[in-house]
Amino acid sequence: MSIIAIRILSAAAFVILAPLVGGLLDGVDRKITARMQGRVGPPILQPFYDVIKLMNKQLLDVERMQGLIILSFLFFMIFTGALFFAGVDMLLCMFALSTAEMFLILAATITHSPYSYIGSQRELMQMFCYEPMILLVPIGFYLATGSFKAIGTIMSATSPIIYTPGFFIAFIVVLTIKFRKSPFDFSTSHHAHQEVIKGITTEMVGIRYAFMTIAEWYETVFLLAIVGLYFVNQNWWSYLIGLAVILAVYFFEILIDNTSARVKWGTMLRISWASTLIFCGINLLILDVMR
Amino acid sequence: MSNIAKSPWLIHYDGSSCNGCDIEVLACLTPVYDVERLGIINTGNPMHSDIFLITGGINSQNVDVVKQIYDQIPKPKVVVAVGACACTGGIFKDCYNIKGGVDTVIPVDIYVPGCAARPEAIIDGVVKAVGLFQQRYEEFEKKKREDKQNG
Repeated sequence: MSIIAIRILSAAAFVILAPLVGGLLDGVDRKITARMQGRVGPPILQPFYDVIKLMNKQLLDVERMQGLIILSFLFFMIFTGALFFAGVDMLLCMFALSTAEMFLILAATITHSPYSYIGSQRELMQMFCYEPMILLVPIGFYLATGSFKAIGTIMSATSPIIYTPGFFIAFIVVLTIKFRKSPFDFSTSHHAHQEVIKGITTEMVGIRYAFMTIAEWYETVFLLAIVGLYFVNQNWWSYLIGLAVILAVYFFEILIDNTSARVKWGTMLRISWASTLIFCGINLLILDVMR
Repeated sequence: MSNIAKSPWLIHYDGSSCNGCDIEVLACLTPVYDVERLGIINTGNPMHSDIFLITGGINSQNVDVVKQIYDQIPKPKVVVAVGACACTGGIFKDCYNIKGGVDTVIPVDIYVPGCAARPEAIIDGVVKAVGLFQQRYEEFEKKKREDKQNG
């Protein structure tokens, strides 16, 4: 099979399978969270039941334009992941991710609801905290493998984690913000369902909220794929290590979510930027000296 | 036709009451009763919810609030009145500012008695509401299809 066919197939596999994997991960998350709190918890397929229910609800139209914007958010999120799995330049993926995020903020502000307005302001604050690190991720891969493409990592003899452990640690920190986990769940929380009446999603009704949820599943799978990429090299067994690390990181995020209280935005900014500067910065300096 | 009864999200509003039923509703979310195992989420946002759970009676100040929350819940929706005050006005019935039970303002589907209503009774009421929710949804879909046929 030619390399082009493999790239197209892997992108297509992402488009089809990511919502299933993302939804399952969400269900596992809710189950583990419940068990950590001493509860039984909902069935693992619960997120799918929720999305099906939302799709069948009446659409209360707050703002007609919102529907198009949320579809754009979903589209750009799928586009981001498809680019990544097709082995296109990772810098482009990160720019597409930021574009998707802007559509989400637009979808919230367009309704003029005070709650979603607060949510979108907080979402902007979150972007401010994680965006430097997200943009540094492809640079880390470039320094480790000499290529901005995921395919460069797959072909290399050693895993990028050997050269970029600092990048990895700082990425895990901002992943907490991206997954909307406590202590960094400002704009809308993943579990509590009451955070400023659900923040950025306040005015998203029925099928629109379902689309937003599905887009977040795509995002989760895309971000976890980057986590796995740190451990992948040309050997087949490295993929197993990557998968194990993905599951471990996901469990770690759930643990952090359940053991920490929400902080103020200033603390989030300090923690995320400090970890980016310290772990990423030192790693970058060492790599630069080594070259 | 989908099975939507597996995902009933509820919004809880406490009207004019002693807060006893309010606390019992929140007790349903604790590890002992854990209503989330039935897929129930206490949303706080009417636009995301399916079941409107009200404790406490209606007074002249909260009548508009209750109406507005009810209107903001997308169809299909079910209303559950929890406790004596929400059902009839209860001990506050003769107060000068009390209008009575929730059914004086919006249509109530399920009445859960008790002062305060026990968590078991509340869960029982919600489970009944879930059945009605699925039934409402089927009626809602049927009406949508009929409207489409009639143009």
